[in-house]
Amino acid sequence: MSRMADSMTISGNGNISREELQKLREMMNSRALAKRRMRTGLRAAANVMMAFVVLLPLLYAVSIAFMPSSELFTTELNLLPKHPTIDNFVDACRNIPLLRFVLNSFIMAGFITVGQIISCSLAAFAFSFLEFKGKGILFMLVMATMMVPGEATIISNYLTVGNLGLLDTYAVLIIPYLTSAMGIFLFRQFYMTFPVVLYESAKLDGCSNLRFIVKILTPLTKSAIGAMAVYTFINAWNMYMWPLLVTGSDSMRTVQIGISMLNSVDAQSITLMIAGVVLIIIPSISIFIIGQKQLIRGMFSGAVKG
Amino acid sequence: MKTTGRMNVSPYFYLIPSLLVFAVFLFYPFFKTIYLSLFKTDKMGQAKLFVGFGNYAELLSSATFWNSLKVTWVFVVIVVFGGMFLGLVTAVLCNKAFPGIRVFSTAYALPMAIASSSAAMIFQIMLHPAVGIVNKLTGLDINWLNDPNTALYCVAILTAWLNSGINFLYFSAGLGNIDETIYERASVDGANGIQKFFSLTLPGLSPIMFYTFVVNIIQAFQSFGQIKILTEGGPNESTNVIVYSIYRDAFFNYRFGSAAAQSVILFIIIMLITLVMFRLEKKGVKY
Repeated sequence: MSRMADSMTISGNGNISREELQKLREMMNSRALAKRRMRTGLRAAANVMMAFVVLLPLLYAVSIAFMPSSELFTTELNLLPKHPTIDNFVDACRNIPLLRFVLNSFIMAGFITVGQIISCSLAAFAFSFLEFKGKGILFMLVMATMMVPGEATIISNYLTVGNLGLLDTYAVLIIPYLTSAMGIFLFRQFYMTFPVVLYESAKLDGCSNLRFIVKILTPLTKSAIGAMAVYTFINAWNMYMWPLLVTGSDSMRTVQIGISMLNSVDAQSITLMIAGVVLIIIPSISIFIIGQKQLIRGMFSGAVKG
Repeated sequence: MKTTGRMNVSPYFYLIPSLLVFAVFLFYPFFKTIYLSLFKTDKMGQAKLFVGFGNYAELLSSATFWNSLKVTWVFVVIVVFGGMFLGLVTAVLCNKAFPGIRVFSTAYALPMAIASSSAAMIFQIMLHPAVGIVNKLTGLDINWLNDPNTALYCVAILTAWLNSGINFLYFSAGLGNIDETIYERASVDGANGIQKFFSLTLPGLSPIMFYTFVVNIIQAFQSFGQIKILTEGGPNESTNVIVYSIYRDAFFNYRFGSAAAQSVILFIIIMLITLVMFRLEKKGVKY
């Protein structure tokens, strides 16, 4: 408000010459610009600080992973390694069959991702383009599964696969997660935006349902498939409780379980364990960074509006 | 079209893969859990002795179980509010364009890509009494994870951090949906930043806020990996949330019946909260 008063006083005696007006405008503009610059600067500074806080655990982990274990035990603040080394990574891979764990996790997460995309798009296709008896009830039933927490089923599931003799196999890691209500819901949200005419004219041209899904629907829903793939893969890669229960041998363990084998808090192994953790975070973070745009576009274009 | 008059079964084929998996790994085990909760079981998990609501009665009269409920409650409150607060602050910080916004929004969303077990192992070292960065930076000498007064908060803050990534995405999407012109109008009317935040931004976010709240609550109840790795329910049961207690009863004590009963109670709690939330939604959320 005081700025307003300033400008008033300049034009004190009523009539403003053109130059005065020009000068006034420039002054106001530069003030507004300075103010905007300061705001942007403040915003950037606040973001730098915030990002540092959010990323601190990860930065710290990377720093420790490169630190020789002798450097860790000092009373002084040792944020960065003085003599960076990659020994920890080498030792981590040597101490436990880390590559095997990574391979297992890739197999598990890969199959789960592909499986969910296929089963969910098939189901979503039926729910959005086909008419059949009990459609409403079946859809409600699928949505109701989202309400059931994993713990309510995990004990019985464990007993089931145990009785079937499936423990410690890839099948037991993959099969229970081959579909998801969220995926069906996401794909259906996308399919609902397509005009039914598209489907009907394809039908008239003699296109079968399956062909319609593969040739027309899939290319048109790439962003949804991308989002689903990123989300599903990351979640599968990070799964903990189920693999913990059903795998027992090194040849089947996934990374999240295997990495706990490095977990012992004695002096020598801290840096080694963190190096292992950093190694197994890399795949999920890379996929996240590569697929982030897809993920956001796919998940939020109409799918989640509250 | 060959479907004139008679019933067409082909639509069901498209549902078979999904429904089969749901039936075997969700509906069947769900009812089996309810069934098991009414029995005493043997070590193989076979139902042996029908006890009716005996398992439930035992739980409701056990101090350990009530402690688990209390711990879970504290844990969920910290995780939900902490995670949502962090998500909201970061989303608001990234709401307007500025140089480097892409890098920052990736950074804020990143925790969603990190596994609870990996995060737990990193926090274990950060909180390590001798070499951990937390004690070094603050000059304190606290054994964070072995002190019953602090362990639960540590695990909860870690979980809030993990959940903040996806909350950031939800809130960013929500902020993007708010019409920019209402801010301009408010500026003309002389509203300041704080007024705008409380009377425009928060109400504008309420639909996504509600959704995020429900998802966060459900997720918080299911946290497991970080507790298994960091504290195993200890010290002194101070981090023994229900999910961990279920795991311990089933897979260490082989009391599948009691564990099943706890699962059922957990399910009922989550369902009640969700139902209450949806009731409240009709009153509080403005679309």
